[in-house]
Amino acid sequence: MAVCIAVIAKENYPLYIRSVPTQNELKFHYTVHTSLDVVEEKISAVGKSIGDQRELYLGLLYPTEDYKVYGYVTNSKVKFVIVVDSSNTSLRDNEIRSMFRKLHNSFTDVMCNPFHNPGDPIQSKAFDGIVSGMMVQSS
Amino acid sequence: MECQEEKPIIYTMENKPIVTCAGDQALFTSLYTSLAQQLPREPMEWRRTYGRAPKMIHLEANFVQFKEELLPKEGNKALLTFPFLHIYWTDCCDTESYKSSVKEDMTRWQNSLRTHSSPDWVIIVVETNDTKKKNKPNILPRSSIVDKIRSDFCNKQNDRCVVLSDPLKDSSRSQESWNSLLLKLRTLLLMSFTKNLGRFEDDMRTLREKRTQPGWSFCEYFMVQEELAFVFEMLQQFEDALVQYDELDALFTQYVLNFGAGDTANWLGSFCAAVRSWSGLLLRRPIDMEKRDGIQRGEASLLDLRSYLFSRQCTLLIFLQRPWEVTQRALELLHNCVQELRLLEVSVVEGALDCWVFLSCLEVLHRIEGCCDQAQLAANCSHTVGLWAYATDKLKSLGELCGLVSESGPTSEDLNRTVDLLAGLGDERPETVNSLQSPYKKLKEALSSVEAFERHYLELSHAAMEMYRAIGRLRSARLVGKSLAEFYMRKGDPERAEKFLQEALKSYVSEGWSLPVTHTRRQIAECQKLLGRTEEYLQTSALLAGDGNLSTEERKHFCQEILSFSARSGEQSPKVTLSMSVFTQLTRLQFRPATASVHSGAVLQVELTLRCLMPVAVRIQQLVASVHFDVDQGGTLGRPKGAKRPAKPGTIEFRPGGSSAGPHGSAHSAASSLACPVLELDEIQDRSPTDNSLNSTGVVCKNTHLLMRRHDSGSPPPDTTNCVSPPAVAMKEGAQVLRVQDVTLEPGNNSITFTAPSAQPGTYTLRQLCATVGQVQFVLPHIYPSVRYDVYSQEPQLTVEPLSEPLLAGLPQTVKFTLLTGHYSVKKGDALQLSNSDSMPLLPSSCCTAHIRSPAHDPVGESVLSIQSSEKVTSISLPATPPYHTLEFQLEVLCVIPSGAERPASERLTNGEVRHRPRSYSHPDTPMTAIDQRMSIDCPWSIYSTLLALTFYIPFKTRHTLLSAGNRKYIQVCVQNVSDVNFTLSEVKLTEKQQETTLELQSLNTKNHQLLCSKHSVFCLWEVRWKDDLPSCLQCVFSASFSPSERNVSGSKAFHYQFQLERVTTLYSVRADILPPAGEQHCRSGFLCGLEVCITRLSEPVDGELAEDSKTDADGLRTTKLMYEVADSSSNWAVCGKSSGMVSMPLTANATHRLQIEVMPLFAGHLPFPKIKVLKYLPHTAAVAIQPDPDSCVENDSLSLLDKTLDEQADTASIRSRGSVHSVGSGEQQQRGVAMPRLEPFSPGQVFNHSHARQVLVLPAADDHIMEVNAT
Repeated sequence: MAVCIAVIAKENYPLYIRSVPTQNELKFHYTVHTSLDVVEEKISAVGKSIGDQRELYLGLLYPTEDYKVYGYVTNSKVKFVIVVDSSNTSLRDNEIRSMFRKLHNSFTDVMCNPFHNPGDPIQSKAFDGIVSGMMVQSS
Repeated sequence: MECQEEKPIIYTMENKPIVTCAGDQALFTSLYTSLAQQLPREPMEWRRTYGRAPKMIHLEANFVQFKEELLPKEGNKALLTFPFLHIYWTDCCDTESYKSSVKEDMTRWQNSLRTHSSPDWVIIVVETNDTKKKNKPNILPRSSIVDKIRSDFCNKQNDRCVVLSDPLKDSSRSQESWNSLLLKLRTLLLMSFTKNLGRFEDDMRTLREKRTQPGWSFCEYFMVQEELAFVFEMLQQFEDALVQYDELDALFTQYVLNFGAGDTANWLGSFCAAVRSWSGLLLRRPIDMEKRDGIQRGEASLLDLRSYLFSRQCTLLIFLQRPWEVTQRALELLHNCVQELRLLEVSVVEGALDCWVFLSCLEVLHRIEGCCDQAQLAANCSHTVGLWAYATDKLKSLGELCGLVSESGPTSEDLNRTVDLLAGLGDERPETVNSLQSPYKKLKEALSSVEAFERHYLELSHAAMEMYRAIGRLRSARLVGKSLAEFYMRKGDPERAEKFLQEALKSYVSEGWSLPVTHTRRQIAECQKLLGRTEEYLQTSALLAGDGNLSTEERKHFCQEILSFSARSGEQSPKVTLSMSVFTQLTRLQFRPATASVHSGAVLQVELTLRCLMPVAVRIQQLVASVHFDVDQGGTLGRPKGAKRPAKPGTIEFRPGGSSAGPHGSAHSAASSLACPVLELDEIQDRSPTDNSLNSTGVVCKNTHLLMRRHDSGSPPPDTTNCVSPPAVAMKEGAQVLRVQDVTLEPGNNSITFTAPSAQPGTYTLRQLCATVGQVQFVLPHIYPSVRYDVYSQEPQLTVEPLSEPLLAGLPQTVKFTLLTGHYSVKKGDALQLSNSDSMPLLPSSCCTAHIRSPAHDPVGESVLSIQSSEKVTSISLPATPPYHTLEFQLEVLCVIPSGAERPASERLTNGEVRHRPRSYSHPDTPMTAIDQRMSIDCPWSIYSTLLALTFYIPFKTRHTLLSAGNRKYIQVCVQNVSDVNFTLSEVKLTEKQQETTLELQSLNTKNHQLLCSKHSVFCLWEVRWKDDLPSCLQCVFSASFSPSERNVSGSKAFHYQFQLERVTTLYSVRADILPPAGEQHCRSGFLCGLEVCITRLSEPVDGELAEDSKTDADGLRTTKLMYEVADSSSNWAVCGKSSGMVSMPLTANATHRLQIEVMPLFAGHLPFPKIKVLKYLPHTAAVAIQPDPDSCVENDSLSLLDKTLDEQADTASIRSRGSVHSVGSGEQQQRGVAMPRLEPFSPGQVFNHSHARQVLVLPAADDHIMEVNAT
């Protein structure tokens, strides 16, 4: 399960970011922010060959000693980043993909809310619930 | 390669599959060179088992002499030393020798093969011509030896015996036999591979399946599978070889994971041993035999196994030309190892892993550098940069661990640790002893001293940063920079640190990451404090004090920093100016009154709502808003009127430009500032300065400079508050200011009220806001959107307007006087002087109350006006009224309806006459005639009189008509009510203007009171009777009294109407008769009838007439010429022959003239008589005999239907003639001047037509089938 889940706007400011060990929050912010480098790299790499359908899932952005960072980009260039503990070896690519899909669905619901102003930080409880379900249960 | 001497050749990469050679060694040696050369020349397709894709491979072989020891013993699984093919060479060509020795040898060879169950053999028989020649007598056919061998050894396997002919000769035959031999050899080799490898793989799999059994050892299995990898490598099948290692890798990883899950394998115990050596990867050898031996002996540690595995993978990947995969795998490996050690709970000396990782990173990088050129390296930074960054990171933590980062240098404890760490590195590898830049040397040097560490660390950091920059990973570069900054801070070098921190901060701010912003900013604050940059430090402190991401204690700390500085009594030091937006935010500004527009001298309050971001209440010595003053130009030329006053007038909401308020503050602001700014539009009206009429109007966008700006993706949002460095704020001097002293700003919203200066009229724009706290000033450099208020000065203004529209003339009407005092204050005794006018007197009223209203239209007071009227002026004394108030009162006025006498004599009131009279005119909106009444008022504030105009409307329209019956005359007056009010008309009277009682006007009106409803008319009729002679000109006055029917009669007003009638006397009577054709009783349509016209002179000639248009005949009889004209407007009649003609009438009473005209009725029925017109004919005296114009209708002999146009012409002519005596009959004639004879109509009373409106019965023609009924 994830230790940090972030939704980042097209303009690269965070719309939503939550991490489980709260004392490490800052570190995750830095990690997620830095991961945008790789996200941009991957997006632009696809853009060069016109016509091929880009997969939303970007895969492993980069591993660090302690964490694995995965990325996903919606068609509107909103980025999802999931950080997983490296020691958590039970998570396979498919599980990460399905987490992103779930996240994307919930995000779409948030955007469908007529009272939500796109570009504002996400404060939806439903979204929060979905994210909580994907996070490591902090003990 | 160095290990070649101590180990068998099989461990070099020059391994080839072994092929043994038995038989004639000399023969083989002679052929060896060409065989070894030619064997790999052509590729062979290798079909694989288990559905693996076939491959083309070039086969090589290592030919060794056959020895029995080479044959593998039972149970020996070694593959590398396995002989894949056995060859027996012979060039025996005679049966004797074959039988005697060769066959025996072969049998022995075969037997030894069979005992070792090696089925892969081949016998090669070399044939040379030389041998044939030499042994001529015993020669046998070559085939016989071969056949013999085949029959002896190759039962059913004939292909196991190959003939090679003339191998050393260069002939086509020789070549052919070589080719077939090579093909055979290759095929057999491949067959052997397939078979033997297949068997090996099966064995290996079996072994693997046993892994759950106790006693299974990974290391043993490792050796087996690696053997397979070696063989693939030997066959140049690196891909397959790599697969073997990857399988081993995965298997091991799985075991470690299972261990983590609680499933322990015994053999893993050896890998869980504490790590004692952390010498890093070794990638320079193809095979690290030391580690391999360790694995074989089961003594390897986890790091050893991983290192060995990776070194093999690395070697193969480089063979496969995939160096970038090496770097990627290396990073994964290093991360993985760290994780695995953690998972296996292997005890590691602190820092040992860092050493290992550091050395490994550098080793991989060196290895890659060794196999790529510089350009390739530069192009593939993205693959290597991760390792660089990792190495940097590890070196940093090592440095921290060993006390190399602190300012004071390492302690003895640190030194001990360093020694321990260095011990674990062991000795330097022999490969790199001589190189100057080995990772080993680097690490050792870096840990040796503070300076060396710094050098190495900086070198690595900069390398990593540059690479990140080069590939566009700026965020990563900044993160490395930040880490470098932390290093500098610990080294006590805040100056360098700040540079990196600022750069990182800029990036976080621009992308709206609040938490990193806060963190970085706090580090910057530390730097700035150390550097003594007071102003910047205070600015940063202010930002941090208002930062919701920090705890209250921290915020209070930073707030206290500011306050303690501000309290410092340094009079000589200049004040520190900081941006206000970090300290407090202006959220709303409210004007009181809300219009934001006051007259000069009035009180205007400005209420500011400030949101204080500080965690504690702050006392401000003074808060100043500077104001820019623009003198009002007076005119409204091009000035936007009433600058946008949105939903709530007088209130301006400022968008939160907030930086770090609240946890989402900066994200908010980033979001909002990245979005387009809101369009600000203003209405603009351009009015003409002279009459205030609208010239043009339009819409202007006030913030085009924001909207039209390029939106670069990289440019930071226009959010100055978040600026990394405080913006240069300067307070503009010398401007007018709003000021409050000693305010305490509580955290949260505060409301502060200013009293705005309003002495001078003009526009005041609020520009800046400045809060002073001791030595610190917080300045808001621009208040945006711009806020302004207007102070105006107004001239006193007097207006008079009707209380109700429209004002009716002739009735008392109430008008409202409104006096806007403007800047003038009305004193007691001031009075308005109204010049009296006869046509509009002011009606004295008993009580007249003036109301005074404040500028906000609230009633302030009332007072009774005193009005004094003298002959010329009416004076209204005004009550004392303060400036900018409104004074209102009402007066009754009466506008006298002008009687017709003032106008030149006319029958009509409106037509034609109005143009000459400027004071009455017909209004386009109403049928009533309007009269403008001017009033002249002298006001106390001006030396000039105020001229005001009121428009009254006459409610009546009056017409008169002269009616005749023979000689009798009647006057009809029609009064039409055009107003919306009902009136009662009474005392209707018609009198002569000159009271000469020769005339008697006898009223034929019955009713005394007449109701005259709105839009209705009343007709009155009088008969004119005279005694002696009827005067040619009658001047009459119609008078009536009227009152609105709703009111009582007593309030009735008189109404006069004067008019003049001329040429009243009847001069001629015209009598017409229609005579049916002879013999008929009635006229018939289509038959000619006679029209007999009789014109009779009724009266003696009057004086004017004589002079005017008569002439004297030769016989002394005075005559006048008349023209008659028979016209039929409705085409009932056809006039045959002359329709018009001239008659000469004697000027005596009862002179008669008869005319006979032929007319033909065109329809049957009661037809009206054709019209007969009589006109005066005025020949010009000078030109008597002028021929009349052909188009004038003086003579018209042709039979004609008089068409409508002619008729209409005649009609208009007649109307005109009635209007004016001097107007002439036809326009054309008038144009031709007086030289022409003229026609002139008579006044309406002068000719009386007896047969007017008479009808005659016309029968239809007898043979008419169709009777037309014409209803008109």
